Amino acid sequence: MTTTSGTWTEEILELAGTKVQMVKGGSGSPLLVLHDEMGHPGWLRFHEELAKHHTLYIPSHAGFGGTGRLDWIMGMRDLAGWYLEVLDDLGLGQIDVMGFSLGGWLAAEMAVMCPDRFKKLVLVGPAGVRPTQGEIYDMFLVVAKEFITTCFLDPAKTAEFQQICPDEPTPEQMEAWEVAREEACRLSWRPYMHNPSLPHLLRRLKNTPTKILWGKQDAIIPLSAGEGFQQAIPGSQLSIIDDCGHRPEVEKPEEFLSEVHQFLSSP
Amino acid sequence: MFIGYFTERPYQDQASGFFGATGKPIMDLMVSNDVYDSHLAADLYNRFLDEKLYAEEMGFDGLMLNEHHSTPFCMGGAMNVEASILARITKRAKIVLLGNILPIWDDPLWLVEQLSMIDVISRGRLVSGWVRGTGRESVAHNIEPHHNWERFQEAHEFIVKAWTDPGPFRWEGKHYHYRHVNPWVKPYQKPHPPIWLPGVVSRDSLMWAAEKRIPYIMLATEMDPTKQAFQLYHDAAAEQGYESGPQNLGYLWKVHVDETEELAEQAGRKYVQGPSNPFLAGNEGTVNPALANLPGLTSRRRVLPTQAVATAARGGGGGVAGVLGRPYEQQIEDHTIICGTPKTVIPKIRHVLEYLRPGSIFFWDGDGAMTHEDAMRSLRLMGEEVIPAVREIAKDLELPGPFEVDPATNQPIPPEASNGASAG
Repeated sequence: MTTTSGTWTEEILELAGTKVQMVKGGSGSPLLVLHDEMGHPGWLRFHEELAKHHTLYIPSHAGFGGTGRLDWIMGMRDLAGWYLEVLDDLGLGQIDVMGFSLGGWLAAEMAVMCPDRFKKLVLVGPAGVRPTQGEIYDMFLVVAKEFITTCFLDPAKTAEFQQICPDEPTPEQMEAWEVAREEACRLSWRPYMHNPSLPHLLRRLKNTPTKILWGKQDAIIPLSAGEGFQQAIPGSQLSIIDDCGHRPEVEKPEEFLSEVHQFLSSP
Repeated sequence: MFIGYFTERPYQDQASGFFGATGKPIMDLMVSNDVYDSHLAADLYNRFLDEKLYAEEMGFDGLMLNEHHSTPFCMGGAMNVEASILARITKRAKIVLLGNILPIWDDPLWLVEQLSMIDVISRGRLVSGWVRGTGRESVAHNIEPHHNWERFQEAHEFIVKAWTDPGPFRWEGKHYHYRHVNPWVKPYQKPHPPIWLPGVVSRDSLMWAAEKRIPYIMLATEMDPTKQAFQLYHDAAAEQGYESGPQNLGYLWKVHVDETEELAEQAGRKYVQGPSNPFLAGNEGTVNPALANLPGLTSRRRVLPTQAVATAARGGGGGVAGVLGRPYEQQIEDHTIICGTPKTVIPKIRHVLEYLRPGSIFFWDGDGAMTHEDAMRSLRLMGEEVIPAVREIAKDLELPGPFEVDPATNQPIPPEASNGASAG
């Protein structure tokens, strides 16, 4: 079944031996978008803008949304290994990838395993590296709504906040959050949201242009983790967006898009 | 009828500010142990052990312990330590652990050894229950909640094998891996200590117990949903091709006996004061809804009727923070607290036994804000009047316990084979 809405479609594809839910939209060079720990948030303004220059591929990770759970996946590195086969089956060749939070961690794990598969990496507030100052906010000690709210410095001033976190979420939305939380839990419970070996492997990305984006007031993953990423990946750039929490793509879409366009369009 | 005694061993500290009817709210995992007074704790641990000794003297068949972590409502963070002491200082009563939190053990071989030692030192008086634990336990010991049920089942299979099969053997499971299993302590009871399963929430767990022919104990749940859950067990047993009976089912609830009705009410009201377990119906305290619904801990769809009541009380679905506590008067009304003099208490206990038909019961007493004196008065009157009367009622109602009729076969157990633990 394919759902079409304006610039995007949603379908179930058979990839890497599993039914994978795939949102696809836009035109131009392919850009793989890896969603965060709460799942694909729906087609937002930043997607619409990115779709003017790229064909977006937004799969739901194993166990999220409409993609089947893989019981053997015991952690992020397992998921990353499986995801490389998803890319094989998509047959897109070398592509750009953009990952948000848990999806940024996933992008980093995939890239260190197989750097030649990726042209450029955009990591937006990625998990995966332990901050040197502060700790990663424990999403499992609060309910979904409280976690999503904490992701924003100022939810009231965020235009699309109500769209991703309505005051009265539908039962379907609540269920999708619970499914996402359970899968995020399977990927990140212990050690929480990071992998101690990842910083040592990130050096392998020395020839992969990497942009790291961080909200300066990120209350979920402290900025020091971003500095850790930047130091671990030779030649990477860290851009810090002020007055912004953990979701710059939603809270500060102009600044976010400007940084991303500049980075992806440069030779 | 098997009659046990239980208290959750609350950390009762008047000076902490978390104690008493008007104390600060106790939210899960939100109370810093900065307030912990080790000298006071020494008095409390010894008090609770003394009360267990007296409970044995007063004729209880079982002394029940439980375990929770990082919380003032239960001081039994390492229940097996208390059980080890009871193994040495008591003589006759069963030591009923309800139970060890199987999924949080990364090394269940250590549990095999500890429980075998308790069984050997007590000369075969261990009843070894398992639980899955609340979200608090998963967080406190940092064990994956999403594998809770898998780890529970694998740990159970491993422990039973380690208790019964000759070693050494290998174990290469999904969650547990051993190259050399050969514990140098084996259980006193053969083939192994009885395994019981207490619960309040999970339909999976209840069905598992029924399938394994393991007695299932409902913990302080309300009467109607408890009866429905018991019926689920009986139906599941019938599907498994055996007949379950009272010997397969147990019920724990709050019973306090006192010298006068006035004293009984004074003490009974203390159940809902002080630090008490917010997860069980009728207690005060604030549940963290995220902890109550850790991802994957319990199936969101396969819960028992008892939990449906609990989540409704929290505002439905557990997504809204709330207080589970029901007023004292309501609990008296629906018999989830029974307190009074022996004369008024005995008919109410009879009512519960008639309605639920359990073969094992546990009187939960000495909890909340109750003092040692409150607990001891009640224990004495239970021994002198209530326990003898309840045994007669149980005979009259034909409610055999699991040491009288085998829960696996529904066949009578000869008295000598049950170590004479249950006086009937």
